Amino acid sequence: MLEAGELECERGGRTLFRGVSFTLASGELLRLAGPNGSGKTSLLRILCGLLTPSQGEVRWRGVPIRRLAEEYSRQLVYLGHASAVKDDLTPCENLEVACRLMGSPQPKEALGSALSALAVPDLPVRKLSQGQRRRAALARLLVAQGVPLWLLDEPFAALDAGAIAYTEGLIARQLEAGGSVVYTTHQPAAIDTSARVIDLAAH
Amino acid sequence: MLAHVITAARTLIWRDLLLALRRRSDIATALLFFIIVSSLFPLGVGAEPNLLRAIAPGVIWVAALLSSMLSLGRLFAGDYADGTLEQLMLGAAPLGVVVAAKSFAHWVVSGLPLVLMAPVIALQYDVAAPLYGVLALSLLLGTPVLSIIGAIGAALTLGLRGGGVLLSLLVLPLYVPVLILGAGAVDMAAAGLSPAGQLELLAAMLIVAAAFAPWAAAAALRISAE
Repeated sequence: MLEAGELECERGGRTLFRGVSFTLASGELLRLAGPNGSGKTSLLRILCGLLTPSQGEVRWRGVPIRRLAEEYSRQLVYLGHASAVKDDLTPCENLEVACRLMGSPQPKEALGSALSALAVPDLPVRKLSQGQRRRAALARLLVAQGVPLWLLDEPFAALDAGAIAYTEGLIARQLEAGGSVVYTTHQPAAIDTSARVIDLAAH
Repeated sequence: MLAHVITAARTLIWRDLLLALRRRSDIATALLFFIIVSSLFPLGVGAEPNLLRAIAPGVIWVAALLSSMLSLGRLFAGDYADGTLEQLMLGAAPLGVVVAAKSFAHWVVSGLPLVLMAPVIALQYDVAAPLYGVLALSLLLGTPVLSIIGAIGAALTLGLRGGGVLLSLLVLPLYVPVLILGAGAVDMAAAGLSPAGQLELLAAMLIVAAAFAPWAAAAALRISAE
């Protein structure tokens, strides 16, 4: 489904990695490893089209993602470093806006049950703790079942053990349904054992 | 496809207005700035009615430019800081539509109040009552242009240190044609001539800016967010 060919990334005059190539089949889990500053986030941003690689290209079902533009972005969910939730809105409003912007509006009940599954209280986000914010952001994954590609940057950061296990369950379900997941993490997680690893320190 | 785009644009306008409503102080600052700046001139220049009447259109329009610029820095900064901008770039709608929707919401929050307030300000300058309509109409056509063109500057200076000053240096020269036409329309009407020419040119600028500027701002956003 997703192919990366000879990707090279240059940031601030320094080459972070070069010659990164892989193909990701449906139902496959890929972990990007490497120390801080090795370009994991940059590679994820390249994969979702936010960043242009200095060399190489990313193809989705054989077509370069540059050509697909919005058609490609509808096929993926990207969970970035920042939570992408608005402080002045409630988690439910945040989720509703996010779904509509992704082009897949959901009924209010689905949003409510996704948030209660993650135990996020219905308060303005500014009143929530760091972990609860992260959960509010993760709720996007719950309503994005059926989106074939998930790109997750540090999905387990700031989460407690229960929420980590829950997220791992979500990822497992996504893989079973034939979707693919690319993620980075610094915390060892149970799903790591089933993941293919690309170590950016080696590139 | 088109339905996605329309939903996204409507959602974004609704979200930005809701955010503005939850942080009303932002609207109030821009409006109060407009009122205070335009009230300073009668105090500084003196209460000479003919002079005040003559400078009124120019002063009100300059105050509107500055006030609209004041809130431009926030147009993308919030979305950039909390990561929402990345999500908007990956959304179902083309980025140009996103920028257009955000500019429209910015205008409703920062431009529309000026249009409504301008006749009250004009009262301080002893502007003849029939001119209120022309003044408000010129602002109604001109202030959206300020928001749309300003979006390009806001996108270019996104994430820069000292971006606020740079933004004003970039954007204020681009506002000059709007200022000349807007203030000119009121001057024409004051001289007893028809302001239709200026107003039509303003309308034409609005149409051209609305059609092209969002795409330029979208390209700038992609560069700034890389």
